[in-house]
Amino acid sequence: MSKWDISKMNAWKAEQFPLRGVIPDAGNSRDYVTGGWRSERPVRDVETCTDCLLCWVFCPDTAVRVENEKLADDTFDLDHCKGCGVCANECPVEAITMVPEGCELPEVK
Amino acid sequence: MAEQKTVATTGNSVVAEAFRQCAPDVVAAYPITPQTTIVEEFAKIVAQGRVHTEYVTVESEHSAMSACIGAAAAGARVMTATASQGLALMWEELYIASGMRLPIIMANTNRALSAPINIHCDHSDVMGARDSGWIILFAETAQEVYDNTIMAVPIGEDPEVLLPVMTCLDGFITTHSIDRVQLMDDDSVTAFVGDYEPQNALLDTDNPVSHGNFAGLGGPYFEFKKTQRLAIDCSKGVIERVGEAFSKLSGRPFGLIETDMMDDAEVAIVVLGSTAGNVRYVAKQMRAEGVKAGLVKIRCFRPFPVEEMVSALSDMKAVGVLDRADSFGAEGGPVFLETRSALYDLESRVPVVNYIYGLGGSDVRLDLIRTVYTDLSDIAAGSASLHGMQYLGAR
Repeated sequence: MSKWDISKMNAWKAEQFPLRGVIPDAGNSRDYVTGGWRSERPVRDVETCTDCLLCWVFCPDTAVRVENEKLADDTFDLDHCKGCGVCANECPVEAITMVPEGCELPEVK
Repeated sequence: MAEQKTVATTGNSVVAEAFRQCAPDVVAAYPITPQTTIVEEFAKIVAQGRVHTEYVTVESEHSAMSACIGAAAAGARVMTATASQGLALMWEELYIASGMRLPIIMANTNRALSAPINIHCDHSDVMGARDSGWIILFAETAQEVYDNTIMAVPIGEDPEVLLPVMTCLDGFITTHSIDRVQLMDDDSVTAFVGDYEPQNALLDTDNPVSHGNFAGLGGPYFEFKKTQRLAIDCSKGVIERVGEAFSKLSGRPFGLIETDMMDDAEVAIVVLGSTAGNVRYVAKQMRAEGVKAGLVKIRCFRPFPVEEMVSALSDMKAVGVLDRADSFGAEGGPVFLETRSALYDLESRVPVVNYIYGLGGSDVRLDLIRTVYTDLSDIAAGSASLHGMQYLGAR
């Protein structure tokens, strides 16, 4: 089955949308980039990390990447990570820090 | 023509019988006066194994319509029935059913809304749902209840329409009174309603789809509403086509509106539902007294038959619209507002006056209808001026 191409959706006429507002193809949520909502991003300290994978277990957005039963070098899928901080909170060795996203924020004292 | 047998039965009973003949896959319903005997009788038909329907008993009308929506999204032919507070409790689901383009069929046994509490007929329940995107048909008699219920299936399921259809019958007056009804044979109904071929159904596992998606944040919500508007506009032609086919099968005429004694009429009453019977009776009496009285009964309220209303009423010297529901704070009741708006573009103005009548089952006596025709005659003769909305017969 061909993947549903929604790249020109913003130009579609009313009658071009599928009946009932369905998404007529499986697996499209990967194409829906939600990472733009994030105000903080997770950063992993590779030295401290023990590859216990609890962050992968807990991530509500399956945005933690694993390869060969270890965290991938490119650990976080930032197209989908919403910056909730659950991974940093659950990490037993405090190897994940949440850092401000997008701009240099003024230091708060 | 179908084989038909004449029976003496109630409006509610023929809804249950029509449901059986249309063979819904799912019925989810909750009992409420005066709808109760519909779901009671249908439950019995299911228990007797006379229909294959999955009958879902739920704990409220909110759940009833939710279950109907789920089943219809799965691809089932779905039917239900309600009234009054039950319809009010379905409020948010009504919009979801039409927005998801699910052709659910629902009988609504018109009953007043609280407060004060009341169980008798008026149209304030359905009028609260008039903008919900459902096709809305009204019946005067148990026969029309039967006919509307069967026609509702091919109307709602038409691929160009795919909208839910509400068939209204007046609480107690039509639901519980014994009436003479011609029922068609099962084979004719089965052939007439045909099989439902659902599109984008959840249970079509070879073609997986997800329903109930988000269309906000600059998404196409506005465009979906436009397609909904196009669908209900398009339903008008489908309703006429289905009505024509049904007329051939049953021998009974069907139109979006029914006109009586309108050929040479000078004054006319516009009405929905069972009260048309009383109006017709009084119109005949008035004619015997020299008043050129006529009657326009609206059979299809949504979509509103604007062209038909204009063509029926454009030559009238005065029109009285009877509303069995008020639109509190508006200039008049819902049928009045629609009727007068339909006539607005005419070159020569037709005087239209509004009467709110029969709320909470308040008796609609013949002498009250006579006062309407008398008023209209006076307005037509120029001996009375247009008056504002009146509560007909209220103390």
